[in-house]
Amino acid sequence: MPLSDTTGAPGPEAAGGPLIRFEKVVKRYGDNVVLRELDFEVAAGERVTLIGPSGSGKTTILRLLMTLETVNDGVIWVNGDSLSHMERNGKLVPANEAHLRRVRKKIGMVFQQFNLFPNMSVRKNITEGPVHTLGVSKEEANQRAEDLLELVGLKAKIDAHPTQLSGGQQQRVAIARALAMRPEILLLDEVTSALDPELVAGVLDVLRDVAQTTDITMLCVTHEMGFARDVSHRVLMFDAGRIAEEGTPEQIFGDPREERTRTFLKAVLETG
Amino acid sequence: MGSIPVDFFIDRFPLYLEGAGTTFTITVLGTALAFVLAMVIGVLGTLRNPVARGVASFYTETFRGIAALVLMFWMAFSIPQITPYELDVTFAAVLALGLNVGAYGAEVVRASINAVPKAQTEATIALNMTWARRMRLVILPQAWAQMLPTFGNLVIELMKASAIVSLIGVTDLTQVARLQGQASGQTILAFGSALVMYFVIAQVLIVGVRLLERRANRRLGRTPPAGGGLLALLRPPTVGATATGGAR
Ligand SMILES: Nc1ncnc2c1ncn2[C@@H]1O[C@H](COP(=O)(O)OP(=O)(O)OP(=O)(O)O)[C@@H](O)[C@H]1O
Ligand SMILES: [Mg+2]
Repeated sequence: MPLSDTTGAPGPEAAGGPLIRFEKVVKRYGDNVVLRELDFEVAAGERVTLIGPSGSGKTTILRLLMTLETVNDGVIWVNGDSLSHMERNGKLVPANEAHLRRVRKKIGMVFQQFNLFPNMSVRKNITEGPVHTLGVSKEEANQRAEDLLELVGLKAKIDAHPTQLSGGQQQRVAIARALAMRPEILLLDEVTSALDPELVAGVLDVLRDVAQTTDITMLCVTHEMGFARDVSHRVLMFDAGRIAEEGTPEQIFGDPREERTRTFLKAVLETG
Repeated sequence: MGSIPVDFFIDRFPLYLEGAGTTFTITVLGTALAFVLAMVIGVLGTLRNPVARGVASFYTETFRGIAALVLMFWMAFSIPQITPYELDVTFAAVLALGLNVGAYGAEVVRASINAVPKAQTEATIALNMTWARRMRLVILPQAWAQMLPTFGNLVIELMKASAIVSLIGVTDLTQVARLQGQASGQTILAFGSALVMYFVIAQVLIVGVRLLERRANRRLGRTPPAGGGLLALLRPPTVGATATGGAR
């Protein structure tokens, strides 16, 4: 069962252009400049962890990619398509809904608060997206929902209601829901931080599994440093809307160069 | 006195029943019109498009401000004067009540849609749903549970307001009471009987709405407290909402 449409992207060292590119991206809320001319790239199949103090703009980056927010300046490219503009008759014009939906097709997101649909069973939560936006048949969507629930260890709960599930179970359903759309890129925003401590491991195990068995590109905001070390190819440390430091997990967690990174990691290890 | 009040009512029961039927029909038709208007205008009011919002607020401001009674008179008596057409008086009443209550309903719909957590909309965007699918599959089903209690009140209001049709010669419950009062001289009994009938219709409507509420809440995974029967439906529901996906 392939989890993604991406074929054979072996990892960060793959040839070809980056899958995601931030180019001098500026994001402001009023006077609050959240991202300051941010530049970075993510290759197809790469798994990147974003860390940094509260308010440093990590969530904003994921929300921009999911088109839940728009940039004030600069460009975000996904697979060569801009999220803010599109080409029409050789000219760049503001992106319309059709363009956004085409780009969005490649991206899935799992939210901190799960955001399951309370008016649907677990099954419907997972199948409505594929049926209505990918045009998959009901049978196929059902089969896939069962497979994915098996993967996240919740096959027995397929006809349960979201309110009958624990937070950890809800989050695993949310992961299944995102994967059902066969995204090339999966955005994970502190997916375990709303959970009771004893439920965290189950969700992280599922994500480790996804990381090991698929080549989905992952952008992951997390305070779970052990998990970040296990799954990510690269860690980006953000501070005040800029990348303060980046490197392999071994280097960032083992031998951080920047004082800010050291202070941040020390604070996280003490509280978490 | 003894059995006299009962005799009065039993003798005239068929007449009252017919009046109640008319009142009920006008209420149901007016509610149907009000519901459609409330949904359409309410949804328009949630759009970002300024024209859609303009239309919505023009409608709600206008028809909330015009008394249904005046609107009904105007349609029943002025339209035949300025156009070659004549409106059936019952139809005029349904139209007036529907337009009036629909304006209140539209505000309820708009507010209920806006009260669905933004996180739900964001989840539909992450699943790449179109606006229409988002509304149909996610937002309206969740807003529906929130609309129903207020809708219930509006239906009762509409039923009570439907008595205005007696002023243009429709034999609804109020008109029956007035005619029977005049004919028998027993005003207290005549209107007392109508009060009882109005009360019964209201209870039927309340039970209907409560059943819809129960179903809507069950669909949202909120189970009503155990026990019940018809009497429980007459009490306002007390269901604890369990959140799945609050704000960011
Ligand atoms: N909708 C909004 N309106 C105004 N300001 C916002 C909004 N969303 C985010 N911000 C601001 O943008 C800044 C960055 O927020 P963001 O959520 O990206 O930080 P973060 O790195 O994810 O922090 P945390 O670790 O606390 O989740 C913060 O100062 C925040 O107050
Ligand atoms: Mg955040």
